[in-house]
Amino acid sequence: MTSLPRSTEKKLGLVIDLDTCVGCHACVVNCKEWNTSNYGAPLSDMDAYGAAPEGSFLNRVHAYEVTPDTGGCAQTVHFPKSCLHCEDAPCVTVCPTGASYKRVEDGIVLVNEQDCMGCGLCAWACPYGARELDALAGIMKKCTLCVDRIYNDNLPKEDQIPACVRTCPAGARHFGDFADPDSTVSRLVAEREGIDLMPEMSTRPVNKYLPPREKDRLSASGALSAQSEDPKGFLAWLDKALEAL
Amino acid sequence: MHPAPSVILFTTLSGLGFGLLAFLGLGLPDVTGGIAFVFFAIAYALAVGGLLASTFHLGNKVNAIKAFRQWRSSWLSREGLLAVLTLLVMAPYAMGRVFWSENWALLGWLGALLALATVFTTSMIYAQLKAVPRWNTRWTPVLFLAHALAGGALLSGQITASAVLLAVLGAVQVIVWQQGDGRFAASGATLESATGLGRIGSVRQLEPPHSGQNYLLREMAFAVGRKHSAKLRAISLGAGVLLPLVCLLVLPFSHVLALIAVLSHLLGVLAGRWLFFAEAKHVVALYYGR
Repeated sequence: MTSLPRSTEKKLGLVIDLDTCVGCHACVVNCKEWNTSNYGAPLSDMDAYGAAPEGSFLNRVHAYEVTPDTGGCAQTVHFPKSCLHCEDAPCVTVCPTGASYKRVEDGIVLVNEQDCMGCGLCAWACPYGARELDALAGIMKKCTLCVDRIYNDNLPKEDQIPACVRTCPAGARHFGDFADPDSTVSRLVAEREGIDLMPEMSTRPVNKYLPPREKDRLSASGALSAQSEDPKGFLAWLDKALEAL
Repeated sequence: MHPAPSVILFTTLSGLGFGLLAFLGLGLPDVTGGIAFVFFAIAYALAVGGLLASTFHLGNKVNAIKAFRQWRSSWLSREGLLAVLTLLVMAPYAMGRVFWSENWALLGWLGALLALATVFTTSMIYAQLKAVPRWNTRWTPVLFLAHALAGGALLSGQITASAVLLAVLGAVQVIVWQQGDGRFAASGATLESATGLGRIGSVRQLEPPHSGQNYLLREMAFAVGRKHSAKLRAISLGAGVLLPLVCLLVLPFSHVLALIAVLSHLLGVLAGRWLFFAEAKHVVALYYGR
């Protein structure tokens, strides 16, 4: 049934630190690499070597410029976006075939590809653009939170986390259980006032974003004073000679 | 939203078909034999044709049969189920009228109710989507039902009823456009809320995440149709409501005029349905600075 579970035992998800992300797109690449060669239909590319290449991705990095209301410099914010594994996931309940579901044990939202008919209604229901219909396979693809890594005992312990988290060189992505108030992700959200994206859509996302910290401001008193007021030696002679001209 | 021809055809044709079935179920017009056959054939062709058109856009058609399973949670599933149920209930009723000149009224009433319920479930597929604020209103089912009833009355040759229902449809359509234009702003979704950066200040897109196209942009950030919005609204209202009204009320009745009224109405509905999709903005467009 594509009804949502009342509650889930765990709430696995990601914390994304917008202060730390440098926009290198390594998470995008590693996500594509892992998910195209493992669980489910590959993430196809169309016209890969042509004039208008495009493909399916489960994670994309936007870049925004935010201008503070209180004055100060505008800042660039790199903004990775993938499925937020919402507690009230609208993509699940709209599914007519039962392909979309939210797992009771850990809250991961998945697509059972054997049942998906590729109608695209779940992608319409998602406010975040987290789902993409694969052009070649004709079925809906989305972030699985690397369900085939995090429980995979064949992998070394340090690799049993989502591919995007494992690869992030800046440490901007964190994986954990939000149902546990003492987990790293829960503490990060508490300390840094983690936020929900588009709360007005009432989806209750599990993934949280850590907003950029407030930047330092340049102040007049903090500026360095000019250094060479009174030139000496050759420069003094040159200065005088130039003045005399 | 991308106005896919398959979905426009599906909602338009099946809406008309189920509207006509609703009237035939009520015994309007009270026909039997060959004439009844023609009426039911048109209704079934429209309803079934529309349903078939809706499968054209599926990426993985082999699983379409599974769409009947999730009626407890999914409006799309409910619609599929009710559509089939309506056609099954109306079939013996139609046969009674065509072959035995019998009017099994109870069956007809049930079929009419199911036909309208089908149209309602179609509309709820769109009305339920919070991510498309223009659709996410009670007016969406009202509009779809008004379309089905007016079209059904017109096709079943109910002159007085269709005049009244066309006028109602025109009024509902104008209201839907009027209040629809403010729905996106009223939803509260902005690039600031979408990124959560609004607490710092105003946000603009610096760089998109990819230089090319993708599924999201094609499907949900469609912007072509909005350019001619005013003209298309005029066409939709003029051809869909006003011209049929003139044909019915002002000019003396003839079958040619009735045919013109029906075709003009169909054209108007198609234009309106195109706008229904093309003008609807999905909140995901915000992430792309659109």
